[in-house]
Parts: sequence; structure tokens; C-alpha cells
Amino acid sequence: MEYEAVIGLEVHVQLNTSTKAFCSCRVEFGMEPNTNVCPVCLGLPGALPVLNRDVLSCAVKVGLALGCSIQKRTKFDRKNYFYPDLPKGYQISQFDMPAALGGEVRIDTPGGEKAIRVKRVHMEEDAGKLMHEDDGSLVDLNRAGVPLLEIVTEPDINSPEEAYAYLTKLKSIVKYLGVSDCDMEKGSLRCDANISLRPKGESRLGTKAELKNMNSFKAVKDALFCEISRQTEILKEGGSVAQETRLWDARQSMTFSMRSKEEAHDYRYFPDPDLTIFLIGDDEIESARAAIPELPRQKAERFIGEFGVSSYEAGILTAEKSDADFAEECFRVFDAADKKPVVNFLIGPLLAEANSRGCGLRGLGITPSGLIELVLLVQKNIISNLVSKSVLKEMIDGKTTAEEIVKTRNLAQISDTSALDGIITRVLAENDKSVQDFRAGKSNAVMFLVGQVMRMSCGKANPKVVKELLERRLADA
Amino acid sequence: MELYSMTGSQLAGLLAGRKASPQDIVSSLSRRAAAKEEQVRAYVRFEGGLESIPPEGGVEGKSPLSGLPVSIKDNICTRSFNTECCSRILSGYKPPYDATVVSRLKKAGASIISVKTNMDEFAFGSSTENSCFGPSRNPWDRRCVPGGSSGGSAAAVAADEAVFALGSDTGGSIRQPASFCGVVGLKPTYGRVSRYGLVAFASSLDQIGPITKDVRDSAMLLNVIAGYDPKDSTSVNEPVPDYTACLGRPVKGMRIGVPKEYMVEGIDPQVRESLLRALEEFRRLGAVCEEVSLPHTEFAVPVYYIIATAEASSNLARFDGVRYGFRAADAGGLHDMFSRTRGEGFGKEAKRRIILGTFALSHGYYDAYYLRALKVRTLIKEDFDKVFSGFDCIVTPTSPTPAFELGEKSGDPLKMYLSDICTISVNLAGIPAISLPCGFTGKGLPVGMQIMAGHFKEETIFKLAYAYEQAVSARERRRPEL
Repeated sequence: MEYEAVIGLEVHVQLNTSTKAFCSCRVEFGMEPNTNVCPVCLGLPGALPVLNRDVLSCAVKVGLALGCSIQKRTKFDRKNYFYPDLPKGYQISQFDMPAALGGEVRIDTPGGEKAIRVKRVHMEEDAGKLMHEDDGSLVDLNRAGVPLLEIVTEPDINSPEEAYAYLTKLKSIVKYLGVSDCDMEKGSLRCDANISLRPKGESRLGTKAELKNMNSFKAVKDALFCEISRQTEILKEGGSVAQETRLWDARQSMTFSMRSKEEAHDYRYFPDPDLTIFLIGDDEIESARAAIPELPRQKAERFIGEFGVSSYEAGILTAEKSDADFAEECFRVFDAADKKPVVNFLIGPLLAEANSRGCGLRGLGITPSGLIELVLLVQKNIISNLVSKSVLKEMIDGKTTAEEIVKTRNLAQISDTSALDGIITRVLAENDKSVQDFRAGKSNAVMFLVGQVMRMSCGKANPKVVKELLERRLADA
Repeated sequence: MELYSMTGSQLAGLLAGRKASPQDIVSSLSRRAAAKEEQVRAYVRFEGGLESIPPEGGVEGKSPLSGLPVSIKDNICTRSFNTECCSRILSGYKPPYDATVVSRLKKAGASIISVKTNMDEFAFGSSTENSCFGPSRNPWDRRCVPGGSSGGSAAAVAADEAVFALGSDTGGSIRQPASFCGVVGLKPTYGRVSRYGLVAFASSLDQIGPITKDVRDSAMLLNVIAGYDPKDSTSVNEPVPDYTACLGRPVKGMRIGVPKEYMVEGIDPQVRESLLRALEEFRRLGAVCEEVSLPHTEFAVPVYYIIATAEASSNLARFDGVRYGFRAADAGGLHDMFSRTRGEGFGKEAKRRIILGTFALSHGYYDAYYLRALKVRTLIKEDFDKVFSGFDCIVTPTSPTPAFELGEKSGDPLKMYLSDICTISVNLAGIPAISLPCGFTGKGLPVGMQIMAGHFKEETIFKLAYAYEQAVSARERRRPEL
């Protein structure tokens, strides 16, 4: 029997508001443990929470960007459980009246575009951090009270790849909104997954397992693959999957049972009596809407229409807002209607370099006009494509322009036939066998000879001119 | 007349005329407490005398409270001074901040008595018998309880060991002890006084209020502690009038409702008698008294014990031994530490309420208990709204009985819970109510009457209470000398 995976994701996004969700401590990281705290986020007896209204506007922005309906009345609830990093013994969260309901994120799949429905977006506060030492565990509450948004999907995801694509798209949207840096390694984006299997064609859901402890998008994908094969095996042997929470162990590439359904917490949610019901006004919604920038999807569509890039290229170029802005500036500086030469540079060597350095396009220290200068040098046949790559490398590391590099390193392409004649004469003399081959009808042999000329000219010869000259000389003789 | 036996307004007059100094007042109270504490035990951690924490810089303007000491219940945070809610689990806890009411008092120039007043652990009780420091005694009869949970505050004021005091009231915890001790206790409108720094029992019901020797002092104290606090989301941004300005205004034509549901069986005949006499007095003053109905009264106690315990179970979760207060020694691991700390740190009544509240909120029971209780709470509120559309005030007994004896109800929680039957509805509805003395039993125990009014109608209450107090000179019978 063939099984289909049914996956739902719960993503926590840490908001970059200037202060915490319910007190005036700053949202700041890397400080001495327990120094960025106050009676409220320490949960001291008698302290009371007061909502930071910016958290609400972030929730509204994200809700609108995901196409959700913003709830005009929203309230906070207490999620009760004991843990040393939870100073009040409950987390302020939202249960049945979240900030936003019902939206979607569109992802690209091999079978075409697919909408993953977003069930809800709600606000909550982060817990502190535990640090385990040899002689005990320590609690750092600097992070306690930092605002989070939880974004929950419907079980619309059917493969680990789709999960990966969803996370990539969601991250891109949230980063565009500027409400979070969404760095999974730093913990500002966290993801739990619910996954069950069912026979293909069946509409009823199977028993799900909840996966936790994935530290990257790739880990989410790996953990899902691993869980699919684990559940498949159980079902194929006629067994049944247990409802439980499982932890991903990246080192062993396996999931381990953390707690069963029976051990699951009863969180005893109830409305937080310290916080009243919040009304979100139309004006508040409209001003949040006005603050939403052009989102990746619209930008990609515009790039396709305005700059003639392919939808694949547009997708890559618009994934990060700063990259998209950089690309757009390049397109504007580059006069020609066909932007292909620029796109090739951006998507090819530039993005590869940026990714390997873990920075954006702008982080490479090249300005859009500097890049276009290089593109034009190739276009005007002043340097070859090959040479342009090494010029680009120098531009990245140095401060000089493409033209200066070409000049000082004498990299200009040699298209002057008289200059090339000498080299060609030498190459023809030294490669008699290829000359014979060509005459025997092996037209490919000319390419070998072009290569030899290029080598002797240190890559500076214009390959097109060389080929023409060679063909003429071979025909003459 | 000794300084300690005077009211706040009398002392303010002496201070203004430079006939006494703030230090004279504290010394007088201290001598009084040193002589009487062994019998009353109104304060906890008492060591032979009283000291006051002076107001710190930035005193704003001239306030009638300037130079007067205020005693504070052990569940209201005082910076650097023990605030333990009379619970072992908070032993040694010194908050790093002042409750908003405390800083308002300090800013008004008042000083704070550094030892706190006794209470039932976390305000769970009606007799102070649930205090980890042992019970306080009723100054009128030492065999009797002072009421609770603010029994220490009421006893201190009644025994002249305090000029006035702050208490907290979740289901009657200011009014019932005020009634038992023959003093004046006000529970303000929910949201009138900031709860910031009040260790929470049931957040949607708790309110801080004054316990004083007379109505004027109550108004004087409310003037200072009332007002919007941006640190408490449930405090209401409503202007604060001068509550003493309404004192002495005529009450002629005021309409007083007397709910029939409060005058039924279970009410001590002497309490009933006292109340009827009080109503006569109101009529003499020109007020109109008519019977009214609050039909959902019978559900108030069960609704209260679901909502209050549910909130308490969550509010008390933070006492886990991780950050402050008591931690069980030699725990074998995280869970062992949690359960032993809470097992050893909380008293019996606290555990009972945590368990009740946890149950009411648990999966599968939430709808049947908590949600249903919230719905009935709305009905109770609506009962009051209806009556207040035609009446200025509602008058009832504060407690169905006068002070009972120590140990009389401590073995029977249900009996103890019913002691709050007259006061609980007020908290559920969020309205203000005062308890003031309205007579004595044959054995000489004080009886209290409760006056309720609509939201933010404290002035109406003060006006009526003051008129009554002036008319009958409520303190006619002197407390037997301790």
C-alpha cells in the first residue's frame, strides 16, 4: 500500500520589537544572564503584565501579509505548566481568540503552485533559557517575556520538500515585513511539525506524532523524512502509530520518543484575568496594511513583467528583500531591455559568493553601477566572460572598479588580428596533428586550437576572433 | 487622649498645628503595640516595637496623610521589607519594589510600618487561622477570631496598634474582619485601586482597600491610593474625586435597597436586629428603604469558589522554589524539588484551593465548571445593574454572624466559606462596598453593616456611611480594655 504524509507546521517567530511583550525590558541578546529583567518578566509576586501594543501591530502585519482575517477582538490566555525557565508557572499565550485566522502561503512544487493554508497567527511570550552544567542547571531569564508569534498551518503539507518550501516562503515574507530576523540558528525562528500517514486516497487523518528540536530548515526536512519511514514501517507491519511527541537528534539522524499522549500536559488554558480583551480598530489594521512593503510574491511578478526575468529567476532574486532591492537597482542602471546578462551575473557568481559568505548581495561591497560597468565590459567585448569572473572576484575583495582592474592587470581582450597572428602561427606550427585532423574533416579540432591560442594569450584573446582567424588560415593553407 | 487612640484625621490636625510630630505618633503606636501585641498578634515578625519606613524624597504636595503611619497587610509588596503572605513558601522574601499603593502613600508623605499585618495564608480564609504565624485575636474578645483574611489589619486598627491599615478583599477579606472588629473597611470598585504589587489570589476579584477607625479616614486613605496605574491593565482611567468632599452632604431622598435574599435564615438574630435598627436610622435621615431582589445570590458562593480557586491555582504556580522564598532541602531532582517545595511550603487551605482550582480548569471539566461559573457571574452582575437602576445603595449585613470563636469553624471549610456569603457577590460584580459598625451583640461583639453602590460610586457609599456614623455615634460602646 502507498502512504501519503500529512504534515502541519507550527512556527514560532521571535519579534524584534524594542521592548518585551509585557514589560519595558529591552529585547536584546548576548547580555550577562539575568541582567535584562524586571519584576514583571521575572514573575515576581505581585507584578502584572501590560501589553506592548507593538506586538499587536506585528501580529496584524503578519496576519495581513498571510492573507488572514484580523480578529477585531483578541484576548490572552494562560497556558499552565511547571518548568524552571517559566517564571510564572504559566505562559501568556492566546487560545481561542488569536489575533488572526485563516490565511495561506503559496509554494512552488514540482506539480505546480500549491497553497498551504495558515490556520492561525497568535501572540505569546518566550520563556527563559536553561544552561546545563556538570553540577546543576542554571536559569537565564533575559529571554523571558520576549514576544513571539506562533504561525500554525492546516495539515496541507504532503512532503518534507513542501515543508521546506513553506518554511522558506514564510521566512521570506516575515523578513520582508521587518518584524523578525528569522534566524533559526539563533533561535529567532523555531519550528515544530505534526506528521501522520494515511493510505493514498484516504481522507481521514492517521495518528500523528509531534516532532521537536529541529534547528534548521534542513533538519525539519530530515526529521520528516526519517519520521515518514518510521511510520511507514510500523503501518506496513500492521502496527499502529502512537500519538506522542518525538525529539529529533541531528547527530544520530533519528527521532526519539519524548512523551506519550498519556504523559501530555493538560495546560488548563483560561483567559488571563490580568489582561483585558483587546480591540483592534479598523484604523490600526489600515495603518498596519499601509506599513506592509511589496511582498516577495508581488515583487517577483513585477520583476517578470518589468524586467523580463523568468519566474524561476524572479523567485531566487526576490527571496531576500535586500537582494531584490539590489537586483532592481542593477536592472535600473543597466539600460538595455534584455536584462539577461545582469541576471546571469546576479544568480551565478554573485549569489554563489554571497551564499558562501553567508551575506546578502550588498554584503559583497559591489555597487549596482560597479557591477553594470563589468557587465558592459563583457558586452562590449573588452573582456571575455572567462576573464570577467576573475575581475569580479577582485572587485569583491578589493575596492577598485572593473575598468581599473582590467587596465592595471592588462586584461583587455585582444581582438586585434595583427596581434593574434603571431600566436596563431606558433600554435599552428606546434600542433601539426590537429591541423591534419581538421583537414581530414574533423571540424572539432579547431576548438582545440582555439583553446591553445587562449592559453598562450593568458585568456585575453577574443575567442570569437581567434576562431575566425584560425578557420581562415586553415582554409588558406 | 493618647495619640494611638486617635483617628487619622485627628492626628493630621495635631500635625498641622505642630502639636505632635510624626515620630511622636509612631512612638505612641509602638508603645501600645509593645503592650498589647502578645494578646492581639495583629502584626507578624513583630519584635517588641514598631518602626516606620519614612517617605523618600519627591513627596508631592501637601497631603492630609503626610506624617501619618500606615500599616500594610503581608501580601502587599514593600521594597526591602518582608512580604510573605503569611506563608512558609515565601519565607524571607523581600520584594525589590514597592506596590503602587505603597509608593503612592510614600509620595503623599505617609510612612509605612515596617512589620506587616497578619492574614490567612495568601488571603485564603476568613479568620487568620490559616496564617503560618498563627492566628490574630479579636480585640473585643480574645477568644474570638478577628475575621479574615485581613484580620491582622482590622485587629491592629481596632486595638489602636495602627492609625489605619491597608487590606485586600477578594470575597470579603476587608469587610468581614472590619465588621468582626468594629472598624470601617472599604472594598473599592474593581479597577479603582492598582493591584500592582498585591500578591495575587484571584486577579479578577482582588482589590486593595483601607481599614480605618471611621468613615472620614477611609475616604482620606482612598484619596491617596485610588487612581489609574499604567502598570495594572485592569486599573481604570477614571478621575479620582476628593472623597472627603461628599462627607456631611444630606442623604434625604436617597433610595436604599434591602435585598430579601440576604435577610433569610442563617442570619444571627442579633445581626438582623442591628441591621433593622440601622434601616430605621436611615429612614429618620430621610432615606427611602425598600425591599429589592438579587435573585442569583444563592449561586454566589459556588461561583466564587470556582473562579477564585481557578485563578489562584494559576497565580500560585510561580511559587516553585526556583527563584525566591522557600525551597525544600535535599530534593532528588526537578520534579521532586517542585513537589516537595510546594508540599512543605503551602499550608492546608492553600493546597485545598490549588487542587480545587486545578480541577475546575482541567481538560473535560472546564466547560462544566469554569465557563459555567463565568456565565453565572454575569447573571449576578446583571442582578446588581437592575437594582442600581432604581436605587442608590444596597444595605445588607456584612457577615451573617458576629465574630466566631477560634477553632469553631477551622475544621469545616464549607462552614468557613459560608461566612463570606454576604460579601462575595460584591467582588463578583466588581462594585464597591463598605462595612461599618452598626451595633453590638448582647455579649458585646461588634456587628457590621454593608453598604454597596454601583461601579465607581464610592462617594455615594461614603455619604451614606458618614451620615449614619454621625447620627448614631457608632463607637458609643467602648471596647473593653485589653
